[in-house]
Amino acid sequence: MKKSSEPFWWALFGAGGVISALFIPVILFIQGLAIPLGWIESPNYQHLYQLFGSPVTRLFLLALISLSLLHWAHRFRFTLYDGLQVKHLNVLIAIFCYGGAILGSLAAGYYLWLI
Amino acid sequence: MVSKITLEVFRYRPDQETQPSFDSYEVPCEKDWVILDALNYIKDQIDGTLSYRWSCRMGVCGSCGMMVNGEPVLTCATFLNKFLPGPVKIEPLEHFPVVRDLIIEMSDFIGKLQKVKPWIVRKEEKSLEDGEYIQTPEQLGDYKQYSMCINCMLCYSACPVYGLEPEFVGPAVIALAQRYNLDSRDQGKGEREEILSQDDGIWQCTFVGECSEVCPENVDPAGAIQRYKVAATNNWWKSLLMPWGKSE
Repeated sequence: MKKSSEPFWWALFGAGGVISALFIPVILFIQGLAIPLGWIESPNYQHLYQLFGSPVTRLFLLALISLSLLHWAHRFRFTLYDGLQVKHLNVLIAIFCYGGAILGSLAAGYYLWLI
Repeated sequence: MVSKITLEVFRYRPDQETQPSFDSYEVPCEKDWVILDALNYIKDQIDGTLSYRWSCRMGVCGSCGMMVNGEPVLTCATFLNKFLPGPVKIEPLEHFPVVRDLIIEMSDFIGKLQKVKPWIVRKEEKSLEDGEYIQTPEQLGDYKQYSMCINCMLCYSACPVYGLEPEFVGPAVIALAQRYNLDSRDQGKGEREEILSQDDGIWQCTFVGECSEVCPENVDPAGAIQRYKVAATNNWWKSLLMPWGKSE
């Protein structure tokens, strides 16, 4: 039986959907509303630096960023595939979408490593 | 006085014409008539050459599915007066080749259905002396919803993916495969997986969900497909991480 690679990408798509739906609204609320509107005190540089110094925070951010990107990649691949109906470009679209997500994840990993 | 309503009916007679056309018929709009009654009126009183499939008139046989004003419905379960003042457009089910008038060619669906073995597969049958296969109400509940499918193919007309990818196994076939996969008496999961786990199996589905919207029996094929995706993904990871293990 020919093994389909879809379960691999679909699992990452599903994981990305769950993690981004759970955490991105929370992060947006804290960073985009609560802090600018003064509902909670703005953390100072030293505090943030310490927070990002922890490997747990960095690992969490890497998972959040890379899985969200892979969620986007799978969805955008099918949007292009079905929406533009360019079946003959399937391989190119897959490389563009998943490749983009992987490059983005690597970049995120690199910058998180630098902290 | 009974009001009248106009039906614009798709006509295609391959022995007489190369292109399909629409014929208009004015029919009485009786209070308790469904679309199928109006088609039967046309056939009996106005134009005997109109061809369409129907049988039970009560939403059980699944043969009278058509596009009514662009929506796939069972014509025996869709009231005519809902469409007043009209006109009502009646077309054959979308995404299928047309044989004649409102009759579609369904062999693609039947072929795919047979491939997933929609029956109880046993590696070894019990002998008669061993008695029946006992099943609890909970075990029945696991698959009962999917067993309500009447093969009307409305979900195939509603599915944009099937319209674009004719190779896609499609909603009803996957729901019916799940009907047997989830049956405690069945042992054919592995054989069905060979068809369902291919790219043209469940993985073409992008969860548009229209199949479940139009299903007259509330089978929820979209739900069946998502559940199967989870099961297939678990199996895929298991066979990757534990190649010596047996897939379920």
